[in-house]
Amino acid sequence: MASHTDPSKESFRPSMLIYDTRYRGMTIQIVALIGFLTLLGWIINNTAQNLADLGMRPSFGFLMEPAGYDINQTLIEYQNQDSHLRAAFIGLLNTLLVAVMGCATATILGVLIGILRLSKNWLVGRLMTVYVETFRNVPVLLWIVFTMAILIETFPPPSAFRGDDPEATMAVFNSVAITNRGVYVPEPLFTRGLGDLSVFGLFQISIDLIVILAALFAGIWAARKVRQRADRIQNATGVRPTTWHFALGLIVLPVLIVLVALGFHFGYPALQGFNFQGGIYMRNSLIALWLALSIYTSAFVAEIVRAGILAVSHGQTEAASALGLRPNRVMSLVILPQALRVIVPPLISQYLNLTKNSSLAIAVGYMDITGTLMGITLNQTGRALETLLLGMLIYLAISLSISAVMNWYNNRVKLVER
Amino acid sequence: MKKSLFLGTLTAAGLAAGMSAAATLDDVKARGTLNCGVTTGLVGFAAPNANGRWEGFDVAVCRAVAAAVLGDENAIEFVPTTGKTRFTALASGEIDMLARNTTWTFSRDVDLGFEFAGINYYDGQGFMVPKELGVTSAKELNGATVCIQTGTTTELNLADWFRKNNMEYEPVPIETNAEAQQQYLARACDVYTTDSSGLAATRATFEDPSAHVILPEIISKEPLGPLVRHGDNQWGDIVRWTLNALIAAEEFGITSANVEELASEPTDSPEINRMLGTEGNLGEMLGLDKDWAVRAIAAGGNYGEIFARHIGESTPVGLARGLNAQWTEGGLLYAPPFR
Repeated sequence: MASHTDPSKESFRPSMLIYDTRYRGMTIQIVALIGFLTLLGWIINNTAQNLADLGMRPSFGFLMEPAGYDINQTLIEYQNQDSHLRAAFIGLLNTLLVAVMGCATATILGVLIGILRLSKNWLVGRLMTVYVETFRNVPVLLWIVFTMAILIETFPPPSAFRGDDPEATMAVFNSVAITNRGVYVPEPLFTRGLGDLSVFGLFQISIDLIVILAALFAGIWAARKVRQRADRIQNATGVRPTTWHFALGLIVLPVLIVLVALGFHFGYPALQGFNFQGGIYMRNSLIALWLALSIYTSAFVAEIVRAGILAVSHGQTEAASALGLRPNRVMSLVILPQALRVIVPPLISQYLNLTKNSSLAIAVGYMDITGTLMGITLNQTGRALETLLLGMLIYLAISLSISAVMNWYNNRVKLVER
Repeated sequence: MKKSLFLGTLTAAGLAAGMSAAATLDDVKARGTLNCGVTTGLVGFAAPNANGRWEGFDVAVCRAVAAAVLGDENAIEFVPTTGKTRFTALASGEIDMLARNTTWTFSRDVDLGFEFAGINYYDGQGFMVPKELGVTSAKELNGATVCIQTGTTTELNLADWFRKNNMEYEPVPIETNAEAQQQYLARACDVYTTDSSGLAATRATFEDPSAHVILPEIISKEPLGPLVRHGDNQWGDIVRWTLNALIAAEEFGITSANVEELASEPTDSPEINRMLGTEGNLGEMLGLDKDWAVRAIAAGGNYGEIFARHIGESTPVGLARGLNAQWTEGGLLYAPPFR
């Protein structure tokens, strides 16, 4: 019987918390955590105490009071007797609108410029370098104000369209009015419209829009089925059937049928009184903010795309070419999928930056969440701390959502290692 | 904004650590300068001149208070504040008083915890339009695009007025007066609205002021005045009575030219004597010396002189006295008695 004794189990002594390396790291972390929480608690307590001394008791009751002010761009119904909360929501929608428009445009522009900057054509490559260096090296606030100044100073005011022999005329077959207040484009109208659907009594959604989108998505889904079938045939026989005309027809036809059924026609803007009436009105402030943010951010995206493409070793291109793939196929099937895993993580940061930069909207009078909740509401109620806190939470929530979605996408495109 | 809030919180923390509230007077004396919040620049009311010296109608109130308290009208630290930052700056103690054409409203007085020390300008919100538009009344502005300086009571007045008159408008909110001017002059908005004194001040800076008209409608009451924090009544009294002294001085005919002479020996008028310290001890009651009012008046003259020099009819701003005349001349200025 092997005599074999366990090492005597050392009993735990408090001094081991400091002198034993097994516990020391933990001890230091716990002490630091306690210190940090104490500091945080002290700051919060101190702020609350001082606010109370100043007679400013934090309260969010003001959110339910009537806002009293008007907002020029509202995606859902709003009038000045609605609550501050709804005004903040209108602002939030405006923030999201410009963020989505900005991110989409910045991505398209950025990818294009990033690829063009790698062009073997000397002139194109240099021009893109100039673009990137110009736009990313000037603060975005200046670009926003500059774009706005150009829009205001170069385009004619609506009054210039008045009279028998006006100084300015409408563009594109007399249907688009470009003024220094914004651009009016024809709006889609329906003679046999289906009316609006009230969502939880909060806002209205056009049923026409829902039907059109449904038709569009059905078409896209069907087109996808056709492509999958083409893939199967290609895998089985090596010959890929031509499918683009099917796909196009499947996407376009249902939408066209729905449009005709609804009695689609355009409503054109017309000068009435001080301003144009009718049509879709894109305000200067939105255009300036959107253009400036997307052009500025696209310069960064271009560099990220360039870096991503350069990160894929040249051997991949050569190997793909050796297999007989054409250059555009090499890019879409071999280079880009590999480049995306390098591109996506920094791209997330750019989307976040663009969204947060949209808070500079107030410089051009665009009513985003900073302009409504943290601007006019703050002023009218004097609740600086509460509105700023709420605003910070909202930006945090937006950013975390973008991050979550993009990380999900990143997980899908990243290299699967076995 | 965030920075000033943070600094404000720090300042507030520092203040609370050192002492309980109150005693702004002691702070100011110990510091040797008065921290006075003003606008970021509105010609006639508060703007630095060519030499960088702050001048204007609101600035004059600051100078009078500094002269009364510290004996030096230049011992002031001017803190430019925007419509957004002004209340935080005052509440946090960053500034001792705010003289920034701020409208006295119930909620600012009661809910935000400030103390309005009086009214130095009776104003009202008006509209300015280019003359070529041919508009003669604000009632003709249905559908107009209106530039508003954001962060003021003007937004609410405007919304109320258009709602009351059942008219439509499109607001274009602008952060500062300068940006509003740019948009207005480029005709990106048809109308510019703010307090009518501000309109006049803005119009004065235009290349051709006569091409713009201020419409006759005044859509709100905007009593503008200096304000201080709640809770320090002594400091509030000093600011209030300095302003009253300036107003009373005009009524009694005391000017910057004759104030020294009138204060050198008692005059026939007991009220002048009490105000200028040759009789009684009003200065002592305020916690100041007996010459406080003499210095305040000597700094920039009485209310009428200040008005005439900065915004009166002979200046580019060109405002008539109107409601801001003495009560003896049909205006609303009425200083309570010095006794």
